[in-house]
Amino acid sequence: MNLLIIAISAALVNNVVLSQFLGLCPFLGVSKKINTAAGMGGAVIGVITISSALCSLIYDYILVPLDLTYLNTIVFILVIAALVQFVEMVLKKCSPALYEALGVYLPLITTNCAVLGIALTNVQESYNLIESVISGFGTAAGFTIAIIIMAGIRERNEFNDVPESFQGMPIVLLTAGLMSIAFFGFSGIL
Amino acid sequence: MTGIIIAAAVVSIVGLILGLFLGFMGKKFAVEVDQKEIDVRAELPGNNCGGCGYAGCDALAKAIAAGEAEVGACPVGGEPVAKKIADIMGAEVGNTRRMTAFVKCAGECDKTNETYRYTGVEECTVMPFVPNGGSKSCTYGCMGYGSCVKACPFDAIHVINGVAVVDKKKCKACGKCVAVCPRNLIELIPYDAKEVVKCSSKDKGKDVMAACQVGCVGCMLCTKQCEFDAIKVENNIAHIDYDKCTGCGKCAEKCPKKIIHAH
Repeated sequence: MNLLIIAISAALVNNVVLSQFLGLCPFLGVSKKINTAAGMGGAVIGVITISSALCSLIYDYILVPLDLTYLNTIVFILVIAALVQFVEMVLKKCSPALYEALGVYLPLITTNCAVLGIALTNVQESYNLIESVISGFGTAAGFTIAIIIMAGIRERNEFNDVPESFQGMPIVLLTAGLMSIAFFGFSGIL
Repeated sequence: MTGIIIAAAVVSIVGLILGLFLGFMGKKFAVEVDQKEIDVRAELPGNNCGGCGYAGCDALAKAIAAGEAEVGACPVGGEPVAKKIADIMGAEVGNTRRMTAFVKCAGECDKTNETYRYTGVEECTVMPFVPNGGSKSCTYGCMGYGSCVKACPFDAIHVINGVAVVDKKKCKACGKCVAVCPRNLIELIPYDAKEVVKCSSKDKGKDVMAACQVGCVGCMLCTKQCEFDAIKVENNIAHIDYDKCTGCGKCAEKCPKKIIHAH
């Protein structure tokens, strides 16, 4: 039950993009088409889940025993950067089309503050390994939900008669704001 | 002190393990890249200027290796690079003519007037929003705010006495300045072009004379003079067709406003 609450809380109530405003760069950058958005979401799920597990392990079994918890940021960044590199290799090998579509945003997952944010949140909330993985997965799922909804709205917006001054990024940011307000509705349920 | 050493050791060990992991996985997940692509990429200049129309040198190398792009598609490398790439690809080099950008305006500060004093943003691209398209008396000429200078990746274009001038030795004809100029003053012409028309004004003769001392008035004397049908006056402005021009220089001789120059 506790794990379910963590997952739902991470995915919906404290949605990483719409409530915590982390990871906005790919959220705005790769949300033009549903396909690439889903691909980005998948990559982020992979990276965040694995990095949550690794970071949690490293924190509990290396940093805490050695009394080096102040090193968490730099070590987490190392792990995340290596993981992203790894995901990039896998994607390049297994799905060149997705690799091309994600383009520069793929290496940018490294600097996606959502990834580091979750690793640090897990530590802050003193989650154990399983809780960290669930929290990481939930958060990444929340990111994926948000980016796919965004991509769906943007695909439809393409055909709308948007006033000239709102065309392009402005309407996207407005949409993001409205989505954020909508997700605010979840804030009471847990 | 030991704390620092332990901290450094932990970070370096974590880094080392991750590095080994990545190196190992890199081998395992290596994508076979066409050897030709690597060779071609090595020959390309690597400025990633995008002058070829591809996203960068990597993308062009890929296209050349796949046979989608010409061996001489890189405007920056020009002929020497085209030859090397042709060797790699085993293809013939087409006749690539070296091009250079050229600013079709000679209206320097002392040859034109200011219709009013402009103290706003010094950027060519905002000029269309300024009354009369800028303070310069000629609404076709170079405004000298240097958007092209900023766009040039090769430091080949400079504003001299109020007009942008291309240093043709440095110019690689990537076309960045051509795209950025809001008045469409810059044209790619052959490097060895003998004659150039240094004006873009489409105004009628009288208006041109009022605006600038060195503007094309569209008198057609050059057209009549040319034996090769290479120079035409359209929209009150002379234009040279470099496929036909032999560089005899008769048009330049006759031009009453002296706006046709030897390049």
